[in-house]
Amino acid sequence: MRRLAAALLLTATPLIPAPIHAGEIWVTNEKDDTVSVIDTDTLEVIKTYPTGERPRGVTFSKDFKRLYICASDSDTVQVMDPDTGEILHDLPSGEDPEQFVLAPDDRHLYIANEDDAITTVVDTETRQVVAQIDVGVEPEGMAISPDGKIAITTSETTNMAHWIDTATHKLFANTLVDSRPRHAEFTADGSQLWVSAEIGGTVTVFSVADQRELGKVHFAISGVNDDLIQPVGFKFSPDGKRAFVALGPANHVAVIDTASFEVTNYILTGRRVWHMAWSPDQSQLFTTNGVSGDVTVIDVASETPVKSIKVGRFPWGAAMRP
Amino acid sequence: MPKKTLCRVAVAAVSGFCLMPASGLHAEPLAVEVVYLRQQEMRPPVLSNLDPVPEDLGIAGAEVAMADNATTGKFLGQTYTLNVIDIAPEGDLPTAARDALAGAGLVLVDGTAAEILAVADMPEAAGKLLFNVASGDEALRSADCRANLLHTIPEDGARTDALMQVLAAKRWSKLAMITGPKPADLAYADHLRRSAAKFGLTLVGEKAWSFDTDLRRAATVELPPFTQDLPDHDVLLVADETDDFGRYVENNTWLPRPIAGSEGLEPQGWTHVMEQWGAVQLQNRFEQTAGRDMRSRDYAAWTAVRAIGEAVTRTGSADPATLRGYMLSDAFQLDGFKGRGLSFRSWNGQLRQPIAVANARALVTLAPVEGFLHQRNETDTLGLDEPESQCHAFTE
Repeated sequence: MRRLAAALLLTATPLIPAPIHAGEIWVTNEKDDTVSVIDTDTLEVIKTYPTGERPRGVTFSKDFKRLYICASDSDTVQVMDPDTGEILHDLPSGEDPEQFVLAPDDRHLYIANEDDAITTVVDTETRQVVAQIDVGVEPEGMAISPDGKIAITTSETTNMAHWIDTATHKLFANTLVDSRPRHAEFTADGSQLWVSAEIGGTVTVFSVADQRELGKVHFAISGVNDDLIQPVGFKFSPDGKRAFVALGPANHVAVIDTASFEVTNYILTGRRVWHMAWSPDQSQLFTTNGVSGDVTVIDVASETPVKSIKVGRFPWGAAMRP
Repeated sequence: MPKKTLCRVAVAAVSGFCLMPASGLHAEPLAVEVVYLRQQEMRPPVLSNLDPVPEDLGIAGAEVAMADNATTGKFLGQTYTLNVIDIAPEGDLPTAARDALAGAGLVLVDGTAAEILAVADMPEAAGKLLFNVASGDEALRSADCRANLLHTIPEDGARTDALMQVLAAKRWSKLAMITGPKPADLAYADHLRRSAAKFGLTLVGEKAWSFDTDLRRAATVELPPFTQDLPDHDVLLVADETDDFGRYVENNTWLPRPIAGSEGLEPQGWTHVMEQWGAVQLQNRFEQTAGRDMRSRDYAAWTAVRAIGEAVTRTGSADPATLRGYMLSDAFQLDGFKGRGLSFRSWNGQLRQPIAVANARALVTLAPVEGFLHQRNETDTLGLDEPESQCHAFTE
């Protein structure tokens, strides 16, 4: 009923803000070796393409003509033509690539090699490895500053954010965070770095200028045991005023006021929420829910979930294409 | 059995890396030495030789954790050394223990409950920090607890509590039990009984397995009539902690019933079928080092060494008292690849950890099972809780 009502609303009077431009959300299904493509207009899965083994991190090139996929168990980054689903070629990625980030130059991929304690830098044009940088045990989270000068790798067992100078490919700082850091993002102005710690249950905010800790976000959900509140993936709102943090097995996304570092709301999602992507008009947020095998669509204005979309098994990464 | 061996495994920082201290942290070089003290045990003969106990059981887990610590340490100027002291069954534990304790402040002890207690009570052990990585004995967490002894191997009662939570959640409430003749079997059977009562399950019948009825018959032939006179039950428990007859029970019972306890559906500190919560990464690292699957004692040693590493990272100290204080504080939280942070119980030094209830092929549930509530931490529904423990050494 609710789903029908939501669909009707979308096609008739747009009480829920309807997307201005229909777009697509691409979701990697870790245990199905596929990507599911969701139409942001109809909120239906319109295509499913096969990938390498255990696809996790996923991102588009700036022109959206290429989709990069971390095929972790195939030990490669695949480059897919999103118009056809065809794998164009593989990139050398180092072993067990889990997450990556595309540099602002649209050319260099910074890849976390989870099993090897290494960050690999790959040139997507020459398809060559440019550098490999030793980091802590089980690197996972990857971020790059808006000016492209600093790359970040977080290591899950070492519990650090490693700061990489992209000009020299050397570490220039290592900052401790709470247990099992999973994801890192720079704010749009490049002044802050946010790092989530899954087991520590916090998000730490650093000043980029001096790597000083500015604050820490804590979470509490009534009826959910503290140790099941496990922050993983997160995104900033387009205006930068809110951060949306996936809380894993707590099955909620927290909304954070980026000025005060306080949680203002918790939004119910599917089970073990991992990562997320914005709709093209940024009115909706799509979260991957690993255990329930679906994607929750959140209406951003009202901060409420509006639909669950079944995808493949263990959906993990998400990326948007307009 | 190998003779008394003494080997040193150095897992120092690998040179050639960009050594960069963590921002805002003291980066004075710090060398951390950890001793793994093992008294080898004489294992009784068992019916099957299919699954020999690995010679490096426990030690391999410590080695993997040392490598993890060293990788972190290289960013902080901290180096780690593991000194393995492995004593043959007829060897001289007291002398070896005294020698080890004279030089090192952080010692993993692998032996029986009595041996671990004897080491902890040596004058040389005062002010040191010891870790029990081998014994699930309840008394070590209760009346016989020691302030200088933490426990990373789960207590036996925590394992049986975990199993009973799973059975209770499934409403498999009528249990029967076969108990082996060895002291470890009897002790485990006692824990199974108490945990069944704790979670409201009924033990409808018990039999003692002695296998002295007719030695011309194999266990597989003996078991159907042996189990024939048990009252009807949902699950047949097996208490066979030395892995002797248990493997022959499944599919050889009179009634078609699932097996649990030491066999079948087993509660364990670690099992190679764990794959969620990043467990695969740990398993991969372990397999690369040891060439085999990780077991519970390996995991207990891994968590002990990682707890040391985590405390050294956060405190910048290798002093046993400083590390102990940090480990027992609310700030300590260890990622143990079990989906929840691990911490130490402040009343008896037991590592608070989920228990895997698994069969040979898959994890069934990671206890605590949802719905079993606790006012402090759901994991404290497993094992001796604060009001039950007779341990006072941690409050003095």
